[in-house]
Amino acid sequence: MESVTPILEFKNTCVSYTKQTMAVKYVSAAIERNTITAIMGPSGCGKSTLLRAVNLMHNLYPNIRVGGEILLNGADILSMEPIDVRRRVGMVFQRPAPFPTMSIYDNVLSGFALNGIRLSKAEKDATVEHCLRSVALWDEVKDVLNKKGTFLSGGQQQRLCIARALAMKPDVLLMDEPTSALDPIATKHIEELLLELQKEVTILIVTHNMGQAKRISSKSMFMYLGELVEYGDTETMFTNPTDERTRAYLTGKMG
Amino acid sequence: MNVKTKNRLFKDKVMLWGICLFAGLTAVPLLAILGEVLLRGYDQLSWSFFTEPTPTAYKAMKAIAAGEPIPGGIANGIIGTLIMLGMAIVVAVPVGILCGAYLAENSKRRFAQVVSYLTDLLQGTPSVIIGIITYIWVVVPMKGYSAIAGSVALCIMMLPLIIRSTEETLKILPASLKEAGLALGANSARVMLKVQLPAAFGGIFTGVLLAISRVIGETAPLMFTALGCSLIRWSIDKPISAVPLLIWEFFNDPNLQDLIWGASLFLLLFVLTLNVLSKYLAKKWNQ
Repeated sequence: MESVTPILEFKNTCVSYTKQTMAVKYVSAAIERNTITAIMGPSGCGKSTLLRAVNLMHNLYPNIRVGGEILLNGADILSMEPIDVRRRVGMVFQRPAPFPTMSIYDNVLSGFALNGIRLSKAEKDATVEHCLRSVALWDEVKDVLNKKGTFLSGGQQQRLCIARALAMKPDVLLMDEPTSALDPIATKHIEELLLELQKEVTILIVTHNMGQAKRISSKSMFMYLGELVEYGDTETMFTNPTDERTRAYLTGKMG
Repeated sequence: MNVKTKNRLFKDKVMLWGICLFAGLTAVPLLAILGEVLLRGYDQLSWSFFTEPTPTAYKAMKAIAAGEPIPGGIANGIIGTLIMLGMAIVVAVPVGILCGAYLAENSKRRFAQVVSYLTDLLQGTPSVIIGIITYIWVVVPMKGYSAIAGSVALCIMMLPLIIRSTEETLKILPASLKEAGLALGANSARVMLKVQLPAAFGGIFTGVLLAISRVIGETAPLMFTALGCSLIRWSIDKPISAVPLLIWEFFNDPNLQDLIWGASLFLLLFVLTLNVLSKYLAKKWNQ
């Protein structure tokens, strides 16, 4: 049976950096459980801003205001404590950012260490192996777990960051252009990985790359100048977009 | 090659030589100082120079009259310097790092801006004034000169350097590092402690070493606080000696003047070693 409440729902979500201008304007959309939803749009359209609203990253910057509602399993996260929300909503950034002073092993477990959660040695080993296996990194790094994470290649570092986010067993994984700093082969690995991971976690991914959205996502959002122009099945959007602006973007006339 | 091109290349060469010349000139004072101190001081360095306290003027006089080298050394100064430096470090390092972390994180707050400005002023305060203030604050209430008072003065002088280096190093860390930590659900104190400060360790450590090398040669503030002492002393509530204080005392005592250069050489080499070490470590951590 399908769940009635969507795992994540935007209701008239607005984000503004200054009083005069809104970076995200009245976005409403329901994200389905265990899907990959791509957020597309030209630079500056507010897609990263919308994504960062979901794990309350904007709370770090006092001048940014977030309005409307964002429901996680039916509860509005805007009224929750950031540290509670962020344990349930993981995030992977554009540039791979493994913690430079920690080993690969400790990077995977950093979520626990940072939250003061103690694990036994066996639990630690099991978590590290499971998470690194689920990002297909285990075979490559199992003999160098005590090396620093920064020794890995860019693609491996990004997979390590995904493993680090997965270790906390989040409901939703936010990805902010996770492959834009990677070469095509590393990108392909990550994309294959995401298709696997959607069984475990709901993924919301911001991408500049239309091909990537088409390859991996089942639903797509198209944003333009802060508005959500179109939201629907990726298949439909790419073949038969309803809005003229979406068509112009997808055919390369605007971008 | 036409004349114009030749002309331009010639000007380029002149410029380059000029720059090299002046760059070389800046190294001259340091090399001259090092050479002078080495030349005059190297024959005073011996095992006893580091293990024995300052001789009395009478002993020195007798040795000079007999044509022998002056007995004794600067052990009292070395031990005093290390004790005061140690106490100053124990307080200044944690306080300075915490303050620097606060300033780096809250640079937009009014209070942080005021503290940051005051830190700059403290850094520019003449050391002799810090000495006299510490005299009023510590020596007078404690009714006597002491190693504690000396370490307070050194601590005040170290603080701004540690604060500044911590703040600057934290500020140049990529913002993604902090956000990545917070995105895992940690509170900002833990992210600071487990992610940001460890990542900034190289820069902070360099700052601490530079702070040490800055205050280790301070003489004026110690004159008001530690006073000096010709015995080897381990207690912290009594007057104590320090290497720069000894250099001043040797200078003022005609019988002990031969010891100036050995003490100077020791101090100079100590500071240079710290500087080289901090450069090396900074490089190593930046890789």
